[in-house]
This record gives sequence, C-alpha cells and structure tokens, in this order.
Amino acid sequence: MGELSSHLFVFLLAAFLGVEVIKRVSHMLHTPLMSLTNAISAISVIVAIELAGQGHSTLGTVLGTIAVATAMTNVVGGFLITERMLKMFKKREVKR
Amino acid sequence: MNYASLFLAEVAVPTTQAVVHAARGDAIQNSFTLTCFLFACACFVLSLKWLSAPATARKGNHIGAIGMLAAVVGAMLSAEVIEYQWIIVGMVVGAGAGIPMAILMPMTHVPQRTALSHAFGALAAALVGTAHYYIEFSTPETRPYIMAILAAEVLLGALTFTGSLMAFGKLQELLPTRPMTYKGQNIVNVTVLTLAVACGVCLSIWPDQTWIFPILIILALAFGVMLILPIGGGDMPTVIALLNSYAGLSASLMGFVLNNKLLIVAGALDGASGLILSIIMCKAMNRSFTNVLFGAFGQVQQAAVQGEKKPVKSTTPEEAAQIMDVANKVIIIPGYGMAVSQAQHKVRELYDHLTRRGVDVRFAIHPVAGRMPGHMNVLLAEAEIPYDKLSEMDDINGDFAQADVALVIGANDVVNPAARHDKSSPIYGMPIINADLAKTVFAIKRSMNPGFAGIDNELYTADQTLMLFGDAKAVVGAIAKELSEID
Repeated sequence: MGELSSHLFVFLLAAFLGVEVIKRVSHMLHTPLMSLTNAISAISVIVAIELAGQGHSTLGTVLGTIAVATAMTNVVGGFLITERMLKMFKKREVKR
Repeated sequence: MNYASLFLAEVAVPTTQAVVHAARGDAIQNSFTLTCFLFACACFVLSLKWLSAPATARKGNHIGAIGMLAAVVGAMLSAEVIEYQWIIVGMVVGAGAGIPMAILMPMTHVPQRTALSHAFGALAAALVGTAHYYIEFSTPETRPYIMAILAAEVLLGALTFTGSLMAFGKLQELLPTRPMTYKGQNIVNVTVLTLAVACGVCLSIWPDQTWIFPILIILALAFGVMLILPIGGGDMPTVIALLNSYAGLSASLMGFVLNNKLLIVAGALDGASGLILSIIMCKAMNRSFTNVLFGAFGQVQQAAVQGEKKPVKSTTPEEAAQIMDVANKVIIIPGYGMAVSQAQHKVRELYDHLTRRGVDVRFAIHPVAGRMPGHMNVLLAEAEIPYDKLSEMDDINGDFAQADVALVIGANDVVNPAARHDKSSPIYGMPIINADLAKTVFAIKRSMNPGFAGIDNELYTADQTLMLFGDAKAVVGAIAKELSEID
C-alpha cells in the first residue's frame, strides 16, 4: 500500500498543478491546448515501447507494437498540428 | 517495469559475480531512464505554463516535444527493452500516419482530428493495460487494488476509444449529427456501465478468472458508443473536452499499475486540462457538470410551439454593404456555420475592406461557438486576423450598445435573447452574446431551420434584424465585393 499512497501523492500534486497552470491558458488558445495535451497524454507510448521490446511474450509484442503505432500517431501529429496552429496566431498585421 | 526492485536487486541477490554485474548494469541503465522521465515531467509542466499566452505558446509546444523525445529515448534505453525491431515498426507506422494527417489536414477539420487522436491515445492505453493483465496480473497473487485500478484503466481506455470514434463520426458527418435517442436509453446505459464495473470488481477479487476480462472490454466498448449516441453537434465542445480528460485519466491510472510516475503526472495534467475545459464549456451552456458526467445532456426537450410567428425581414448583401460602409463600429459573431462553409478567408476580406474605411471591427467569440473549445479562434487566426481583435464574450458584451452593426455569421443559440428572459426556453440561463443590443443586426443563415437546441431564435424576428439567407462564404464574399465597388 506504500506504493499506492506515494502514487496518490504524485497524482494529486500533478492534478492541482495542472488545474492551476491550465486555468491561466487564454481562451483563444483552447484548441491548441487540447492538441498539446493530447500529444502529452500519448505518454503511454513509453510503456508501449517497453511492452513491444520486452521480447518474451508474443501477446505483449503484438499489442505493444499496435500501441506504439497509435500513440506515436498522436505524439507526432499532436505536436505538429499544435505548431501549425500556434504559428497562425499573430498580434499585428504582417506587412507584405 | 519496477525500477525500485531493480535497484534493490543489487543488495538482495548477492549470488554470483555475474548477476551482480548484470544487476548493476540494469540499475545504471534504469537510472538513466528515470532521469529522462524526470526531465520530461518538468518539460510537460513548463510546456503547459508557456502555453498560457500566445507570445510564449510556441516555446511551450517546443519544450513539450523535447520532453516527449526525452521520454521516448529513456524508454528505448530502459533495461526492459531487449529487442527493437517491433518498436521501430510501430514508430514508423505511427509517424507515417501522424505526419501527413497533421500537415495536410485543413484547419476546419481540427475537431475531427482531435476526436480521432483521443481515440488513438485511448486505444494505446487500453491495449497496454490488456497486455499487462494477461502477462503479469492474471495470477491469484495480484493485489486487489492493483487489479481494480487496472480494470478501471482498461474500462476508461476502451470507452474513450469507441466514444471518440463516435464523436469523430458525428463531426465528420459519417453519422447523423442529431442526437440519437430511444426510450429507456439512460437505463440501458447505466445497466451496461454497472455490469462493466461489476466485472472490474469481480476481477479484483479473482484476478485469475481471465474469462471476465474480455467481457469487461466488450461492455466498455459498447458503453463508449452508447454514451455518445444521444449527443448532438452543439454539445460536442463539452464532449470532446470530457473525452480528453478520460484519455488522460486512463494514462494516469496505467502509471499507478506499472509504477511509472511520469505516466501519472502527464496523465493527471491532461486529465486536469480536459476537466477545466469541460467545466468552462458547461458554464458557457449553463449546464451542470453532473449532467455532463452522466451523459444525459444530449436529450433536448422540444420547445413549446410558439403561438404567433413574427415576420422575418431579409435583405441583400448590397444593402448590408451600404450600411456597414457608413458604420463606425462593427462586431462580428462567428459560429459553426462559418466553419462549415469555410468562410474565414472571406471574413478576412470583409475585415480588410472595413478597416481600410476606418471602421472599428471586432469579433465576439462565445466559448461554445463551433465544435470544440477555441474552434473559432483557430479559424480566424488561420485567416490571419490579428488575435487582439478577437474578444471573449464577457469582455465585449458591454460594447454592443455602441455598435452600429452586429454581423452574425452562422451562429444561432449563442445569440438568442430568449436565454435571458424566457424561462420556458431550453437554453434559459445560458450566457449569450448581446448581439440584439446593436443598432442593426445582420444574420447570415442558410435557412430558417432552428439551431441544435431546436428552438426559435427571436433575434431573427427582432425589429433591428435583417436576415441574409445563403451560404456564409458566398454571402460574406458578396458583401466584401459590394464594399470594394462602393469606392
């Protein structure tokens, strides 16, 4: 149970930190916020990698490989699309 | 997977020299991995912090990507990983799908892509949870709380997967966007969810009863579909935010099961973000949060049939251009209709013509305008409209009394004055944009069909309102053209 309580501490702190930080995000950036958090939530890619590379269970390798692929789609796609969106937010006219 | 035990292995198993060396090698390797994960944690928090303002937002995105890279490198070099071919295959396939999707996708499709990526993320979480159940947790020794968390993780992952796919289908209009309801829907939904939870409870008591696990997954997948069926297009911003939160929560729970604090932190950040966004959306629609959590909010009561119908006055783009030409202050209220007809670039032309004439043009953005939080801002930014011209509802609502023209482009319920005074209206109490206070209101609309809430909009029949019927892109383009010819 010691492990569980230390995990709960981490979870609670991270959740409160997340709430405080994200509350400050400007409303106009809510769509990029969503695509960025989406990319970050694809952090499950790290356990998928360990699963796909553990090499002693076929089930683990198969499911792990699919999971690496789907999570990787989010990681790459999420950061790229966020970049594309954020590039468009300009304060003043660009003189052309 | 369990780093603490690998560190301990050095002390606890002093058998042969070789074992000690191997264990020490693993420990060094894994402390490198841990360092990477710790670094990634810090990056993610900074990333969200910097995203708070447009000026630092890109820096935030970059540091997030760096954190993710560190995490991936750390995972690749962990002692758990002994073969690389399948990881590479997965990564190539994933990047091969993700890169073109991110680069080629038009901005109007952002809500669909977001829904789809929630589905992908949730699928990954569910698959990893499933594999770990069969590999290491399907023994009687598994502690009940571990199994309970694992079951919750797989349940959330699976329901978010199908739920997000359904949301994608509705946004892409592969499925009907109208709420799909039937009698007793709530009872059926609650029953399915209860059964799924019951499976989870049984599994935590008897983790070795592997036959229960597939049932849990099937029930969760079914529940995801049923949860989204009754939800209409206008409720999508809340639902997408909620699914975002679920996807994060499921990653976090996986961290509990696999002793991985980076997963717990990143998942919690994502969960918090989704939660805040859905609360903001709820407030903007005057719905309670519990209402959303139980998915009952798609059910739209039919509004009472109104006795007398006031006549609707319509006008031409030519006349609208003449009135805007002599205006001092124009406020544009974009809605989902602008996204559907991809009118943002024409809106930009209109904005240019008006500002060149010295007209003060502002945009009023309702929090739930469009199909996801911030949808309108992204589209207008794509059309290179400076973001300081975009105002949130509360900041600009006081300005409408001084506005000569309010131009409503494909928005409906968010400008319906009934929300203010008509207690019988389904949207009563929802904060709205005060378009009706402007001297003249132009409303661009395809037809007189009511919006998603299925109610009449009294703004359209108000004395100062002139309707412009037609496709938003065509009408705005016509107004801009007329303006250019007035010179």
